[in-house]
Amino acid sequence: MCIAIPGEVIEIRDNIGVVDFGDLKQEVRLDLVDVNVGDFVLVHVGFAIQRLSREEGLETRELFREVMAAMED
Amino acid sequence: MGIEREISEQLHALVDRPMNFMHVCGTHEASIARSGLRSVLPPMMKIVMGPGCPVCITPAGEIDAALELAADGVTIATYGDLMRVPGSQESLESCGGDVRIVQGIHKAVEIAGRVKNEVVFVSVGFETTAPTVAAAIRAEPPKNFSILSYHRLVPPAMEWLLTQGEAKLHGFILPGHVCTVSGYHEYERFPVPQVVAGFEPEEILLGFLMLAQIVRQGEVGVRNAYPKAVSRDGNVKAMALMHRVFEPCDVEWRGFPVIPASGLRLRDEFGEYDALRKFGIAIKKVTKKTACICDRVLRGIADPSDCPLFGRACTPARPIGPCMVSHEGACRIWHTYHVGGRK
Repeated sequence: MCIAIPGEVIEIRDNIGVVDFGDLKQEVRLDLVDVNVGDFVLVHVGFAIQRLSREEGLETRELFREVMAAMED
Repeated sequence: MGIEREISEQLHALVDRPMNFMHVCGTHEASIARSGLRSVLPPMMKIVMGPGCPVCITPAGEIDAALELAADGVTIATYGDLMRVPGSQESLESCGGDVRIVQGIHKAVEIAGRVKNEVVFVSVGFETTAPTVAAAIRAEPPKNFSILSYHRLVPPAMEWLLTQGEAKLHGFILPGHVCTVSGYHEYERFPVPQVVAGFEPEEILLGFLMLAQIVRQGEVGVRNAYPKAVSRDGNVKAMALMHRVFEPCDVEWRGFPVIPASGLRLRDEFGEYDALRKFGIAIKKVTKKTACICDRVLRGIADPSDCPLFGRACTPARPIGPCMVSHEGACRIWHTYHVGGRK
């Protein structure tokens, strides 16, 4: 039910965007987010629910290193 | 060496005492079961699924209210997952009414714009979903459109579980996509270790590792293992919209008693879109005696395979309990991925 899929916003018309999911492009409602073309969003039941932050987008490996380093402190 | 194996090794080193963790998300359970993650966990660590499937915790009486409307000729629109959830007599799929599966509420509104008939959207979901409904209601849908608001909020249910104490939990994996929207500040009041986790197997494993760390350090509080989507405050715009359109109400969860302020109903201002008010119907309390133990599975005190019906009388093709119906239900997931065998 809470499945959300990431995709890239490639077009915006009012509150509807076209999001590229890789193998599929679909219209998505943008009522809940402020985004620009080129942003990545999480899409749930046809609505973008959050903009994905690239700065915070640490890979699991990096996060794991941080967690381990913090534990040794 | 694969990252999963590295994390798993650290986890084995950390878990030196019984650690029972609950997650409250069907998508987490599906990922855990599909990847066989339980098989790489330390022996003293146990993962149970709590009330993390909005479809599963929808009581039979709420399904009955939708069936009552369908029988009166109203067009019902909802998510595919809800179609086969049993009411007290039948399900939306078997009722013979005009019932349509939609991707989301915006598609149900489109149907209402095309037909003259009354259209009712059966609206389930946690904080991830409720703001999408709020957005659609704020956009003033046609007058022949209304919703049955069956939304639930996660923190009140966690509070109930913690107060009850029957599941004997040492920590929670918080639902990644609920927290994407709600943030995790509301969870900071719970005096228990909690970690927000993503949905890839290695992300969940990292969540377990961080939980085990908090337990070992004897601390409580929330840590975030899913920072690419989740922040402490979440999607403030979406949550403000949800609170603008809905107000909290006391509701029953399937398997639970009435949990205070755990549901959402439309504020008076949007009452014309509330199907209960529009059609003058009420949710009836349904008590049905079967051997089904979905209630205990949802509270985290039994595994699906503890049920005498699991895989025998109750299968995805002929489900008896809601946890076997939904793709996010623990029983359905365990059956699909052959977890737990058959007792």
